[in-house]
Amino acid sequence: MQKLLLLGDEAIAQAAIDAGISGMYAYPGTPSTEIMEYIQASPQAAAGNVQREWSSNEKTATEAALGMSYAGKRAMVAMKHVGLNVAADAFINSAVTGVNGGLIVVSADDPSMHSSQNEQDSRFYGKFAMVPIFEPANQQQAYDMIFDAFEISEKYKVPVLFRITTRMAHSRASVTTREPLKQNKLSLPVSKTQFVLLPAIARKQYKNLISVYEILSQDKTLSKWNTFSEGKKGGQGIISCGISYNYLMENIKGKKSEYNILSVSSYPVDRSQVAELVDRSSSVLVLEEGYPILEELLRGMLNRDVKVNGRLDGTVPRDGELNPMIIAQALGFDTTTGAAVPETVKSRPPSFCKGCGHSDMFIALGEALKEYGPGRVFADIGCYTLGALPPYNMVNSCVDMGASVTMAIGAADAGLFPSVAFIGDSTFTHSGMTGLLDAVLKNAPITLIISDNSTTGMTGGQKSQATGKVESICLGLGVDPAHIKTIVPLKKNHEENVKVMQEELAYKGLSVIIGNRECIQTASRHKKAEAEAKNKKEE
Amino acid sequence: MKCDIILAGVGGQGILSIAATIGLAAVERNLFLKQSEVHGMSQRGGDVQSHFRLSDSEIYSDLIPMGQADLIISVEPMEALRYLPWLSSEGWVVTNSVPFVNIPDYPETSQLLAEIGKIKNSIAFDADTIAKEAGSAKSSNMVILGAASSFITMPFESIENAVTKLFSRKGEEIVEMNLKALREGRKLTLSK
Repeated sequence: MQKLLLLGDEAIAQAAIDAGISGMYAYPGTPSTEIMEYIQASPQAAAGNVQREWSSNEKTATEAALGMSYAGKRAMVAMKHVGLNVAADAFINSAVTGVNGGLIVVSADDPSMHSSQNEQDSRFYGKFAMVPIFEPANQQQAYDMIFDAFEISEKYKVPVLFRITTRMAHSRASVTTREPLKQNKLSLPVSKTQFVLLPAIARKQYKNLISVYEILSQDKTLSKWNTFSEGKKGGQGIISCGISYNYLMENIKGKKSEYNILSVSSYPVDRSQVAELVDRSSSVLVLEEGYPILEELLRGMLNRDVKVNGRLDGTVPRDGELNPMIIAQALGFDTTTGAAVPETVKSRPPSFCKGCGHSDMFIALGEALKEYGPGRVFADIGCYTLGALPPYNMVNSCVDMGASVTMAIGAADAGLFPSVAFIGDSTFTHSGMTGLLDAVLKNAPITLIISDNSTTGMTGGQKSQATGKVESICLGLGVDPAHIKTIVPLKKNHEENVKVMQEELAYKGLSVIIGNRECIQTASRHKKAEAEAKNKKEE
Repeated sequence: MKCDIILAGVGGQGILSIAATIGLAAVERNLFLKQSEVHGMSQRGGDVQSHFRLSDSEIYSDLIPMGQADLIISVEPMEALRYLPWLSSEGWVVTNSVPFVNIPDYPETSQLLAEIGKIKNSIAFDADTIAKEAGSAKSSNMVILGAASSFITMPFESIENAVTKLFSRKGEEIVEMNLKALREGRKLTLSK
């Protein structure tokens, strides 16, 4: 037993190691990245020979974790909320196959979109797949719940969704750890057809899933995380989900007993607990970090029986993450703020690092595209999305991983020429390759720019699956070698790079331009590490 | 006892080393703490902040409620002003006066310093120069932490111990340089 100071992400990671995982699978994505990073750096995980390599995307990660579970061992997979869209096929169907070894799917939501393109609520996916969900309110709970989540997963043979949000993922607090459990031994599923979702088998499995989902809320290991705190009869009722409990308590510490509070940290919620709260309360305020899921359930379609307040009636803002002030206002408390921000203060959006290769790519592309006019660059998810901001103002789309390639194809189909896709190396191997195959097969007249910085940059420089492989992948998919051009995005090569781009933009077929220069952040880290290693040798 | 601190700066300036130091000190003192960080997109040269909460009793919210921060520690003058809505009426602002300019419309430094001067309790100083004199410009964060330490309800010794622990991996010389920077910073506010 140790006391550690851990981010929520790290608490989940340490718990998974202590709960005896044999495999951890993930694709980087804020705010989930630190889970895998922690496990990769952990000597304990290394000693236990825990598999912990990045996967190409969230779908491959989820499938690998399911395979580990098939073989009887515990596995965890982690991703950001939109990653669960990519993994959805595997995730939803893993509920129907069920699991053998315990399987936890961590999805880190980003309400207020600090570093994301939407604020979808992963709890919807949990209900959609009909699996149990855990939603910790603090770092210690996050640690402890992982053990229960594996227990539930193995008891009912279902995958478990572990939902966190940004503030949980990236806030640090003290966590007390437990004695580590041993890893499971290799053991195949009892039924050799459990994982074969042929319709006849799937129908049976699905009925089984439905019956499990119906009894889950009665399971003590799950329901103990939902606690009812009885207050005044006829007083204000409050349902708080996950970390919204913290913001609530920040406001009502010392007078908790005045309120009837149901703190929810696991789903499905036991109806009798909700009934108890409703019966004791004059009205119920629902606090959810994310979508108004419980609130909608409580209101029902007709919204007649219970007086409910929350996001749907404006008591709490309809979108964005919660904070102590929002809850204070929802409770009708006076709030204070400090002085206003002086007008002198200007906004400081994120920007390319000084000397970034992506920026040289955009400067060259801007010049090469000048004769055609704006509005023809489909970009993707990564640091280079910042090309949408001044002084570049060049990115016309950023939708989902890999969409640059295929949107460029569609626009070209509609007659846009030239039509440009701009993607990074890691995003290319995540979801861009399949789109490129589409382009090859119809010789779509698009110019695909792969700005290869040999890393997954935006999330802090994780290993990219594409490193050293981009050109051979393009060749392997069948791109004409005469139209694969590799350039080095440096100021001194500017004229030459513009010329290459102009030529390929004018070509009425598929061409790929690979910009090849390491991310300056990872390059300086590598240089430092090399120097340190050299110093050590000399000592 | 409680001490709510907003740490402010620009992505890449390393405000998290300040957070890590206070964190270690708090653990040594057996205090409750919660520290919320910003990762991801903003780290690419955008404005970043960390909410740091210390207390001798349980802390609930990971975020500091507006108007209740006891201290803003900023490694950049414009960023010091961005979080004023969080500062309590009696709170302190301790900031580096050296600007980090990476936007075209960055205001005049004199304007920023004038705004900082209007805050009831504030101190802005050139931490870079003091750090250079102490051995390396890189330790300017420790100078700022030293100056801010006078307003953190914890013995200075605990913060010194934390600096030693945090940098010990990098050798005695680096530890000494950072301790010197910390102490020089401390001197600036000891009389306040």
